[in-house]
Amino acid sequence: MKAWVPLLLRLGLLALLVAFLSNPLWFEPVLRPLTQNGAPAIYNQGSLSSLAFQHLRTVAIATAAAIVVAVALAILVTRPAGAEFLPLSRSLVNIGQTFPPVAVLALAVPAVGFGEKPTLIALFLYGLLPIFENTLTGLTTTPANVVEAARGAGMTGWQRLLKIELPLSLPVILAGIRLSVVISLATATIGSTVAAKTLGEVIIAGLQSNNLAFVLQGGLIVAALAVLIYDALTALERMAARRMGQVPAAG
Amino acid sequence: MIEIESITKRYGDVAVVDDVSMVIEPHTLTVIVGTSGSGKTTLLRMINRLVEPTSGTIRLDGVDNRSVPGHELRRSIGYAIQGNGLFPHRTVAQNIGTVPLLLGWDAARIKARVDELLALLQLDPAAFGPRYPHELSGGQQQRVGVARALAAEPNVLLMDEPFGALDPIIRTKAQEDLLAIQKRFGTTIILVTHDMEEAVHLGDRIAVMDAGKLIQYASPTEILARPATGFVETLVGASDRPFKLLSLGEVRDVVEPGSAEGEGIAAGATQRDALAELLWSGRTAMPVTSDDGMPIGRVTVQGLVKRAARPK
Repeated sequence: MKAWVPLLLRLGLLALLVAFLSNPLWFEPVLRPLTQNGAPAIYNQGSLSSLAFQHLRTVAIATAAAIVVAVALAILVTRPAGAEFLPLSRSLVNIGQTFPPVAVLALAVPAVGFGEKPTLIALFLYGLLPIFENTLTGLTTTPANVVEAARGAGMTGWQRLLKIELPLSLPVILAGIRLSVVISLATATIGSTVAAKTLGEVIIAGLQSNNLAFVLQGGLIVAALAVLIYDALTALERMAARRMGQVPAAG
Repeated sequence: MIEIESITKRYGDVAVVDDVSMVIEPHTLTVIVGTSGSGKTTLLRMINRLVEPTSGTIRLDGVDNRSVPGHELRRSIGYAIQGNGLFPHRTVAQNIGTVPLLLGWDAARIKARVDELLALLQLDPAAFGPRYPHELSGGQQQRVGVARALAAEPNVLLMDEPFGALDPIIRTKAQEDLLAIQKRFGTTIILVTHDMEEAVHLGDRIAVMDAGKLIQYASPTEILARPATGFVETLVGASDRPFKLLSLGEVRDVVEPGSAEGEGIAAGATQRDALAELLWSGRTAMPVTSDDGMPIGRVTVQGLVKRAARPK
């Protein structure tokens, strides 16, 4: 396939998404056949674009918090002073990943109430693992002779971390963030079961009123967002890898 | 001057470096030779405190190397390693400017120094400065590694198998470059290698290590002529000792009066090269020319053979 074809497909998808969010009624004829008994074909209990924005905002806040905590934790356990906390941190982060987000929501609601907060907690916990593991991989696989040369040149521990280890790990860390973001984009939809404003609202409304058109448009918007953000982050990663003098993996 | 005084490094019960004492004169090139696991690299790394000794002291120009924090000490000592360890995410110029930047030099001074070193190592500053290490050949990377180690004008340069990853032809070139640099800056160089050939070729003095102990510390001629133990003798390699010995002397020292037929050889060439040339061309003598091209006499197979015998 020629190099510009995937780019063209992505631009097309982006245009379609923007068009759908700004003027959903244009697409009513397409979705109409999926409804029964004259039910509305386009979600009518709120603006799709504002839901999409709030969905993205929730994911962004949760991911940002997960990045800060996961990267800080990975840095801590790769320093000589923090090495003994590695197994403990691994288990904690793993629990975050294996504990179902739905269960987190159920447990968080009594503590923090309905709305965005329980969703943020669930996404934060769910997003930690990929970022933590990748940062760990990045920091522990920095070429030994490069780190050795940095020490030999008289860099302090902090200088080595900030000037050598983190920059060299950046592509791997970005890959972890990308995974985490994509998982969170999909998982955020269940936040609407506890009244968070996300695109899950559309899907849930569709399920409740047996309206396939709602379910489909909610799902498709989330999927399109995920695909586009995934691709954008992949491009960012490649750029970083190229700057590090690494040959990016094909694909 | 570097004074190493009964330095020992233990890991658990194993003494990796065992009570080593030696004095390294300023402006000389000292080579530490040994097999892997002999403790030679550990000894080197204790000089700039990448490894802290278990006991003993090392003084640089009379000052204990523990009198300043380790990272500050290392900024004052050049360090080049095998596979060069260049920072892959930084340009050649940034790599070379690493230590000057840590020392807080201003940008203009760093740039001037980087350009000077690149030119010295036959790399065009304008072309190579902005490149990334992965865009360079192995030999070029190695030269940048040496330039980085020399950037802050250190008095002492430590080199850990710096030519280990190079092919033989580039390696010879890199060795010549190193000798030229040493002559130019007068840097005290300590180089670790497992290659006795390299040690004989480069070293003013050679320190032979085995199992953590310093076995012999002497001039190359002395090591070749009077190896202290069987181990040193094995390392030297009995079969080509005479040729190694010849490689230490220049043709000018064996010039005899008289003339000879055919192609001549420069007075600055090694006696080994002269012998090789004579044997290869099937002659018993050939003319010698001085550095300015004037004939100054001849060199004979007989004269060289005498030189190749074990010194008394």
